[in-house]
Amino acid sequence: MKEKKIYSKEHELYLKKCRKHAIIVWVSRVGLLALLLGLWELVTACGWVDPFIMSSPSRIAKTIGSLYHEGTLFYHIGVTLGETIAGFLIAVVLGVSIALALWWSETLRKVLEPYIVVLNALPKIALGPLIIIWFGTGSKAIIFMTVLVGLIVAIMHMLAAFCATDKNKLLLMRSMGASKWQILQKLVIPSALPAFTSMLKVAVGMAWIGSIMGEYIVSKAGLGYLIVYGGQVFKLDLVMSATFLLCLLAAGMYFLVVLLEKILVKNTEN
Amino acid sequence: MKNKILQFTDVKLIYHTKRGETTAAEHLDFSVHEGEFVAIIGPSGCGKTTLLSLAAGLLKPSEGSVTSQGSFGYMLQKDELFPWRTIEKNVFLPLEVKKINTEEHRKRVRNLAEKYGLGDFLSSYPAQLSGGMRQRAALIRTLATDPDILLLDEPFSALDYQTRLNVCDDVSSIIRSEGKTALLVTHDISEAISLSDRILVLSQRPAKIAYEHEMNFNSNIPLKRRESEKFSEWFELLWKELNV
Repeated sequence: MKEKKIYSKEHELYLKKCRKHAIIVWVSRVGLLALLLGLWELVTACGWVDPFIMSSPSRIAKTIGSLYHEGTLFYHIGVTLGETIAGFLIAVVLGVSIALALWWSETLRKVLEPYIVVLNALPKIALGPLIIIWFGTGSKAIIFMTVLVGLIVAIMHMLAAFCATDKNKLLLMRSMGASKWQILQKLVIPSALPAFTSMLKVAVGMAWIGSIMGEYIVSKAGLGYLIVYGGQVFKLDLVMSATFLLCLLAAGMYFLVVLLEKILVKNTEN
Repeated sequence: MKNKILQFTDVKLIYHTKRGETTAAEHLDFSVHEGEFVAIIGPSGCGKTTLLSLAAGLLKPSEGSVTSQGSFGYMLQKDELFPWRTIEKNVFLPLEVKKINTEEHRKRVRNLAEKYGLGDFLSSYPAQLSGGMRQRAALIRTLATDPDILLLDEPFSALDYQTRLNVCDDVSSIIRSEGKTALLVTHDISEAISLSDRILVLSQRPAKIAYEHEMNFNSNIPLKRRESEKFSEWFELLWKELNV
């Protein structure tokens, strides 16, 4: 039932201007990427910079190609992606649950506050040696590191959102005789939904930091492993290729979260 | 005289904070009768909202007693409709909370909404409605559980003047036609005069009833009352009493 509306000349012009602007932005974005890649390729091909140190787009493509032919490309991607997603999900679920518990009990919140502050400030990488000793050198250690990096942020983000629930709406619920459980279910959780999706966006970034950091410390496979290994044997092509793949994966995961946000947060804006 | 439906007897309320205690109300004595529309006005910061919390049983008095016969519906300054729920889901909220969300009750509430002009908006979200419509939806939500006493906490103060007069008229006629008892707190003298049967004037903190007036208008319609000569007389008197 979509009718085509008839607009004034001025409005048509305005719409045209908007479209034109959007096109300019997109062309510039793609153009900038092409320019950078082109320059990179040029300076290395002409020998102005040593491709052994700088690598180059074509060498990156070749490296990824050979990884694919060796059959290890998707193995390494799979390992890192698995660890990142596992760590991300555990951090989010655990973070939201703990934040809920802290919202529920003010005493618990007060008691645990200093611990959370300290854990938040602590650089998690300092725990590297401990993690190796506790969890060994497998995926478990890396997932633990990923959870550690994301968890505190998730807790703090969600707790702040739960505690920011509109006071008047709380009063309204209490005046209806709502139980704490009902208040949580019908008011606190739905109103924290936008904060939840923005927390997911932060947590995705944190999960990548955690998993790559974990792979730097201990790993036998994964993109972080390729980067460290490539650095050690001075195969900069490998370092660059793995970094490039990381960019793609991280961006992909971020866009998935943004998509989820669009689905979840439809009518919460007031 | 009709039944007393709400009774404050020598109520004292002390607020505790770490910095000390404040006596918010003392020797607070008044009652509300069935079917009556009582307005309470007072200087700002005298604890009008506290008074409603006491009435609703959300706060316990430090001394004295608050007794009531009947159930409450609370209406706040802003509509406080949940933006993620449709109007229909919003007005059903009290049913869900009270766990009486049956088809029978839903039907009654839906009829109420239709009767008072919200029928076409049931599947809309609050953001799609005007301020006046939203406040009307808030009233239907308040009426959803068929409460005996309506507690109104400056329910029009968030609206612009034009809308306010209209919504004030609507709300008044809905409350009167549903035969509800209402207790309104407001700082707006003209609102109190145009709506109520009886006005209680609160003193500065600690709040107690300083004056009490029966309204003597021929009409219960707020806009009609505002046109009456008595209106300005009452306004002047109450204004003086508030500023002693």
